[in-house]
Amino acid sequence: LPAAVLLKDTKLMDVKLGQLGTWLAMRDFTPGGILGAVRRGYNRYYNKYINVRKGGLGGVSMVLAGYVVLSYIWSYSHVKHDRRRKYH
Amino acid sequence: MLSRLVLRAAPAALRALPPPVAVGVLHTTRPLHTTQQSLAPVPPLPEKGGEVRHGLIPEEFFQFLYPKTGVTGPYMLGTGLLLYLLSKEIYVINHETVAAACILTVIVYGVKKFGADVAAFADKLNEEKVATALAMKNEAIQTLQTAIEEEKKEQWRVEGRSYLFDAKRNNIAMLLEANYRERLLMVYNEVKKRLDYQVAMQTLKRQKEQDHMIQWVEKNVVQSITPQQQKESIAKCILDLKALSKSAHAAV
Repeated sequence: LPAAVLLKDTKLMDVKLGQLGTWLAMRDFTPGGILGAVRRGYNRYYNKYINVRKGGLGGVSMVLAGYVVLSYIWSYSHVKHDRRRKYH
Repeated sequence: MLSRLVLRAAPAALRALPPPVAVGVLHTTRPLHTTQQSLAPVPPLPEKGGEVRHGLIPEEFFQFLYPKTGVTGPYMLGTGLLLYLLSKEIYVINHETVAAACILTVIVYGVKKFGADVAAFADKLNEEKVATALAMKNEAIQTLQTAIEEEKKEQWRVEGRSYLFDAKRNNIAMLLEANYRERLLMVYNEVKKRLDYQVAMQTLKRQKEQDHMIQWVEKNVVQSITPQQQKESIAKCILDLKALSKSAHAAV
């Protein structure tokens, strides 16, 4: 028998599609948990792209691109009015 | 005797108590001291960061799609997505698009032209930092090495301690000996002086006694010689002389 790993401990990419709902429900959504998740994500990105000997442009530019996309999404309701259509 | 009674009663009383809980078991569910939490030595920084293609998309995405769609898959996906966004006007083309295009052109041109130089400059700064740190570390190691050498030398010197102490001990012994001999000589001289004094006193006394006695005897003898005796002795002497002269005459 393969070693039974708890669903709680599997990573997101290993979760099967049907288990996604259960997996999401088991995550820690307390403020402390969310803070921990943010910190972990930041550390992963930082240690992979920025905290290296010869860092490249990609590390910073990905963050800026993400910022651009996010700000476009947030301002979409305002940009809607510039669409080429007869009736907005 | 009462104490012996108490001693006999104690084990029986102890056996009557309930057996204690096993004290060796820790009631914890969390295992203790399993991770190897050591902060040193710190692993070195990786040389290069994660690969990013076109400065925007991480390489992992391309690898993720490669088995199913080959090399052009992600580019097709990108084109399709772009056309979809444009046709449905989810991405709206307005004045900001023009501005974004200009800015992007300038940025790309700048990066392509000056990227290598800036990277070299930053690398040089890093190198200097690392070199200073390394120099400090080497210097510290060097100081410690010299300290170790000095310590070994001192330890070797300590071995010579016994010779030093022997020499000192000999010196002191000689001093003591010299002092002792000096004092001995002094004592001898003093005693000799005292004894000489006593001897001189005795000889003087005897001499004085002798002189006195001789003088006294002479005085008495001179006193006892009366004039009568003097005449008789002189006459006898003359007779003796005459007799002697006669015998001398005869001999000749």
